[in-house]
Amino acid sequence: MTTVSSASPGLSGDGRSKNRLYGPLPDVQEEAGYDSDHPARVGFFTDTSVCIGCKACEVACKEWNLLPMDDAHGTRDVIGLSGMSYDNTGQLGANSWRHVAFIEQSRSVDLPMPSFPPAPDATSRQDAGNAPDDTAPGDSVTSAMTSVLNAESLSQFDPQTGHSGDREIRWLMSSDVCKHCTHAGCLDVCPTGALFRTEFGTVVVQQDICNGCGYCVPACPYGVIDQRKGDGRVFKCTLCYDRTLDGLQPACATACPTQSIQFGNLDELQARADARLATLKSQGVQTARLYGRDEDDGVGGAGAFFLLLDEPEVYGLPPDPVVTTRDLPAMWKSAGAAAAMIVGVALSAVLGSRRS
Amino acid sequence: MTEGLATPGAGWRRADGPPSAKREKRRRRRGGGRPGGEVAMVEEAEFTSYYGRPIIKPPVWKTPDVPLYLFLGGAAGSSSILASLADVTDRPTLTRNARYVSGGAALASVVFLIHDLGRPERFLHMLRVFKPTSPLSVGSYILAPFSAAASATAAVELLGWFPRLKRFGGVVAALFGGPLATYTGVLFSNTAVPSWHAAYRELPFVFGASGMAAGGGITMALTPVGEAGPCRKMAVTGAVVELATLHRVENGMGIVSEPYHEGKAGRFMRAARACTAAGAALTVVAGRRRAGAVVAGTLLGAGSLLTRFGVFEAGMASARDPKYTVVPQRERLAARENGHASTVTR
Repeated sequence: MTTVSSASPGLSGDGRSKNRLYGPLPDVQEEAGYDSDHPARVGFFTDTSVCIGCKACEVACKEWNLLPMDDAHGTRDVIGLSGMSYDNTGQLGANSWRHVAFIEQSRSVDLPMPSFPPAPDATSRQDAGNAPDDTAPGDSVTSAMTSVLNAESLSQFDPQTGHSGDREIRWLMSSDVCKHCTHAGCLDVCPTGALFRTEFGTVVVQQDICNGCGYCVPACPYGVIDQRKGDGRVFKCTLCYDRTLDGLQPACATACPTQSIQFGNLDELQARADARLATLKSQGVQTARLYGRDEDDGVGGAGAFFLLLDEPEVYGLPPDPVVTTRDLPAMWKSAGAAAAMIVGVALSAVLGSRRS
Repeated sequence: MTEGLATPGAGWRRADGPPSAKREKRRRRRGGGRPGGEVAMVEEAEFTSYYGRPIIKPPVWKTPDVPLYLFLGGAAGSSSILASLADVTDRPTLTRNARYVSGGAALASVVFLIHDLGRPERFLHMLRVFKPTSPLSVGSYILAPFSAAASATAAVELLGWFPRLKRFGGVVAALFGGPLATYTGVLFSNTAVPSWHAAYRELPFVFGASGMAAGGGITMALTPVGEAGPCRKMAVTGAVVELATLHRVENGMGIVSEPYHEGKAGRFMRAARACTAAGAALTVVAGRRRAGAVVAGTLLGAGSLLTRFGVFEAGMASARDPKYTVVPQRERLAARENGHASTVTR
C-alpha cells in the first residue's frame, strides 16, 4: 500500500478481508491503508424524534463551510420558496450539506376508543389532547401508556402530534446529511482520487484534485453529493474534517439545540441509539426504527445514521440502499465477454469473407 | 422494520391535498421478470416519497457529449479491430478507411469526454491514480492508449510514413478496441441509476454490439463492396445482437424497464430499433451494391447513435422519478422478509 489518500477498499491490497466491496468492515480506516493507531471512527447519530425543525444545523453548516446560497433545486444565488412545505432547502446538494426534511402527516382517528374502565370524562378526544390541563389524569394516563396502539395515548406523550377535527396531525422533521458509508459508492468510483477516506473513517472531497467528472453524483445511493453549478466540482459534507482535526465537534452538532444531532465515536453513538430506540419502543412509539445502523445493510452500515419515526422513503431516503460497486465484478465479467464477442465476430467476419 | 408493504407508517399519510390522493399510484408493467417479483402480486405499485422529489441525483453528465462519446467510442473500437484484421488479410482500402474511422472517432470522443468535465483543464487528473473500483478510471487507461495509437495510426496512414509503425499502432489500437467499446456499459451500470444498474449484465453487450453495428456500417459505407465483406458481416451480427439484448433490457427488468418505453427515451429507442433493423435488412438485401451499402451503413450508424441517446435518457428519467428507486427496493425488502434471499444475492 503505497499511499493512503485514494486507496479504495475494493479489489486492491492483499485480500485479507472478504468484505472489500460490501458487507461489514470492522475497521474501515485500516482497510483504507491507515496504521492501526488511527483515531476511532466518528459519525453522527441524528435522533429525529427530538428534532424541532429549527434548521440551526443548516445555518451553522453554511456559515462554517462558507456554502453559497441556492434555492430548493440547486440554482445558485436565488431565493426560492419550494411551495410545498416549510422546507425551502429541498435537498442535500453541493450547497446544502445539512437538509431538514419537513413532513406534515395526517390520519383519520378511526382506531377503537380507549377502554379506560372508570373514566367517562376522558372519552372526548379534545380532552385527551389537552390532558395536561386535566386536574386528575391519575391512572388513566398509566393505562393509556400501556395501550400501545392507542392514537390518543400516543398524542399525549408526543409533542409533535395534534388533532384537527376527526383527523390527527403530526409533523416529522429530520436533519439529513451525508451518510459517510462504510462502502461509499462515491469514493469507489472517483477516478481522480479526489474523494478519500480520512483517518476518522469519514469520506471527504479534495477540492484541489476534483476535475468535475461527475461520476460520484449518480453513484451515491442516497443522492447526497452533487456538482456545484458555476464551479464544476462536486461538494458534500466533510463531517467538518477541519474541526474534527482540532478536536471540535462539527458545526451542525454544536448548533443543534435539542441534541437531535449527536456527534461522537461511532460505537458509542450506536450504543446510545440502541438505548434510545428501546426507550421509545417501551413508550409505545412502535414506528420508531434505526436507519443506517445495521452493518449488514447494502452499504456496510453508515457513519451517519438516524432514528426515524416512519418509513425511510417518507423522509426522501432509499428504503434499501446498496453500494453500486457490489456488482462490479459481475459487470467487468460481462464487459470482458462482450469485448471477446467483438473480437470473435470480427475474426470470423474477416476469415469468412472472400475477396472479390 | 416493523412495517411492511401492507401498513406503511401505521396509517399516516402526507397531509397536503385530499386524503391519500398524493399517495402515488402507478400501474405496473405485467409481472416483471426479476426473481422474487412474485412477492408483490399487487397490480398497483404503491409507494411513498418526499413530495415526489427524486431520491438519487440524476447524473450531471451533459447531452449530447456523453451519448456522442459512447457512440464514437463504440464505432472507433470495433473499426480498429476490423482495420488490423483487414491489414493482415491484405485489404488495403478497408484497412485505410477503418483506420481513418477509428482514429477520427477516437480523437473526437476524447474531445467530448474532456468537454463534459466540470473542470476540463484538469483532465489529466484522471491519470494520477489507477482505481479498479472506478470504471471511469479503468476507462481512462483504456481510452488514453487507444486514442493515442488509433489517431497516430490514422495520421501516418494519411501522410504515408512509417509503414511498419503503422501496423504496430494498428495492433495496439485493436487490443484496446474491444474494451473501449464495452467498458462504457460498466460505466453506466455501476451507478445507482435504477434503469442502468438493473441492466448491468446486458449493457456491455448492448454497447459492444451497437459499436459493431456502427463500426461495420460506417466502414461498409466508405469501402468498395468487393472489400467490404467483413464489414457487412460484422454490421449485421452487431445489429442482431444489439436488438436481441435490448429486447431483454426493455422488457425483462420489471418496473425499471418502463423508462425505456416512455417519453423522450421511448422515442429514441423506437427510432433506434427502426434504424438498426432497417439497416441490417438492407445490408443483407442490397449490401453488395454501392448505393445500398451507403444507405444501410448510414442507417446502422444512426441506429447506434440513437441507442446511446435512448439508454442515456432512460437512465435520466429513472433517476428523476423516485418510483424507480423506491419500488424495487421495497420489493427486495419484502422478498427478504419472506425468506426469498434470491433477489439480494445474485
